[in-house]
Amino acid sequence: MRKTFTFAFVALFVTIVPALAATQLTGAGSTWDYPYFSKAFYEYSKSHGDVQVNYQSIGSGGGIAQFTQRTVDFGATDVPMNAGEIKAAEASGGPVLQAPVVLGGVSVIYNVPGIASGLHLTPGVLANIFLGKIANWNDPQIVKLNAGTKLPNTPIVVVHRSDGSGTTYIFTDYLSSVSADWKSKVGTGKSVTWPAPSAIGGKGSEGLAGQVSNNPGAIGYVELAYAIQNKIPQATLQNAAGKYISDAPGGVRAAAASKPELTPTNFSIVNAKCATCYPIAGYSWVVVYQNPQDKSKAKTLQEILTWLTGGDAQKIAGSLDYVPLPENVQQIAHNTLAKMHV
Amino acid sequence: MKSRNYAAIAAADRIFLLVVYAAAVLFVLLVAMLFVELVHGSWPSIQAFKLKFLWTSEWNPVTGQFGALPLIYGTIVSSLIAIVLAGVVGILAAAYLAEFAPLWIARPLGFIIELLAAVPSVVFGLWGLFVLAPFVRNALGPFLQKTLGFLPIFQGTISGVGMLTAGLILALMVLPTVTAISREVIVAIGSDLREASMSLGATKWETVARVVLPASRVGIFGAIVLALGRALGETIATTMVIGNRPEIATSLFAPSYTLASVIANEFSEANGAVYISALIELGLLLFIVSFIVNAMARLLLWAVLRERH
Repeated sequence: MRKTFTFAFVALFVTIVPALAATQLTGAGSTWDYPYFSKAFYEYSKSHGDVQVNYQSIGSGGGIAQFTQRTVDFGATDVPMNAGEIKAAEASGGPVLQAPVVLGGVSVIYNVPGIASGLHLTPGVLANIFLGKIANWNDPQIVKLNAGTKLPNTPIVVVHRSDGSGTTYIFTDYLSSVSADWKSKVGTGKSVTWPAPSAIGGKGSEGLAGQVSNNPGAIGYVELAYAIQNKIPQATLQNAAGKYISDAPGGVRAAAASKPELTPTNFSIVNAKCATCYPIAGYSWVVVYQNPQDKSKAKTLQEILTWLTGGDAQKIAGSLDYVPLPENVQQIAHNTLAKMHV
Repeated sequence: MKSRNYAAIAAADRIFLLVVYAAAVLFVLLVAMLFVELVHGSWPSIQAFKLKFLWTSEWNPVTGQFGALPLIYGTIVSSLIAIVLAGVVGILAAAYLAEFAPLWIARPLGFIIELLAAVPSVVFGLWGLFVLAPFVRNALGPFLQKTLGFLPIFQGTISGVGMLTAGLILALMVLPTVTAISREVIVAIGSDLREASMSLGATKWETVARVVLPASRVGIFGAIVLALGRALGETIATTMVIGNRPEIATSLFAPSYTLASVIANEFSEANGAVYISALIELGLLLFIVSFIVNAMARLLLWAVLRERH
């Protein structure tokens, strides 16, 4: 009996050790990137059998914290690390590199009885709704923008994300840039204090979308990919050039292209100025040390992150309703990653 | 007969005693360490806000101003609603199970009620979001507003999620605790009290209402306090149905926020030393309150149940 047990133990040990010999990379951070990362890394492991990436979607804050403590090889965050966070990370592991990895948009969703997708909203009206200044769907300001539609006399219920979220950051960044009132009263952040008296919070995109669908008269915001996949009625927004954008993914691509000088300190692409630009778009970022502590994995890490921000992998992102990084942004990412000392 | 090595047995006994002592002490040490870590983690926030953290109302991550008053209010009020509702229903259910139900009903019914405690919290949250919230918005809310609308607690817009819905969900979650423990306490009352009451001519109902329940009130109070301890710390189910708005409102239909919900919602994305330590300070508050409430409950119940005849 004891002999069988020992034999089984040794056999198990011998089979596990070679499997452990495969390169294991770990990452943690943004939940927004998670659908893309999980599919991309799976595809990569299929073609590069000896590399496995384990990504934990614990939130951008958690990702930065783990990255600073060097418990993971790379972090992923919706908002690039600020000066304070970079200083802490540099003290821990040396210079930090940040590269854009995912591009997406934020869609305004609503649930108004009798109104299908495509309600027209201007930046000013949108800001006033979320400030609580417009409290009813048949308010003259909304009616004026939608001449042919009969808007009901339903109170507006503002729904927001109750958890800290990169989507909230991009949305509030947009509202701050189109409304001085919003900027002074509320500001930009992953979690903010919502001024509208009707505001309720939902946890996660599912929670927010759930609250919107359960409350007639609700308005909220989710990732563009989420709204498309779940076929939720979306508003057609007016951009800075005065045009109503109905092709949101194309508009996100145009907004990204309008800022070729993208850097981790100058990364906001909301309220972009071109004619076809979608007004609410943003990047998500991957962070890595310039001198990775584990030299044996450094080359693999650089290769996989370069692949992740390259054309082939970005096609996978496109299939998941993200918007693939434009060529020039892919180049920016590759130039950044090339600085790694491998 | 084989002689026994008494020295070895004595040594083995001592080692065994040491091990079990160590296990118990280890647990106490862990709890103490948890408390120390919580204080350490919340130190930046304690330094920044000191005591006014407990009575300021603003929770603003953008400006860095944090005050826990609306959260404390939300936690206490939602838990109070829960134990009032669960208390009434639970005590009556326990009285029925202990005194009136024939055995072939009491056993399965008691089993089913206790099974309610096995339902995961997040399942309650989902049910609350998709079933209870629409029910409150479409049926219960308008009904309460029509009949009791003169009370300020039933005025205002009804959006389905809010303090009342959270209180209802929590009531469901703590009901098994109240019922099971109250039932045990009632059963623990000696039969001599019941027999004395009946022999004086009291009916079954009078015996239960005027003799048995008053006699078990300390234990029932302990059960309710234990339920309160559970309701205070409930996170996921509450956060899905409470509306997540850090504001004190008079209406029960208005959205609210609890200590546990804020931590669950904002911790993963929090950045900045003061923000994170403010959240940890909320955890410290919750820890202290739950600890005190649970300790009270345990002491009460221990005093009552060990006198079982």
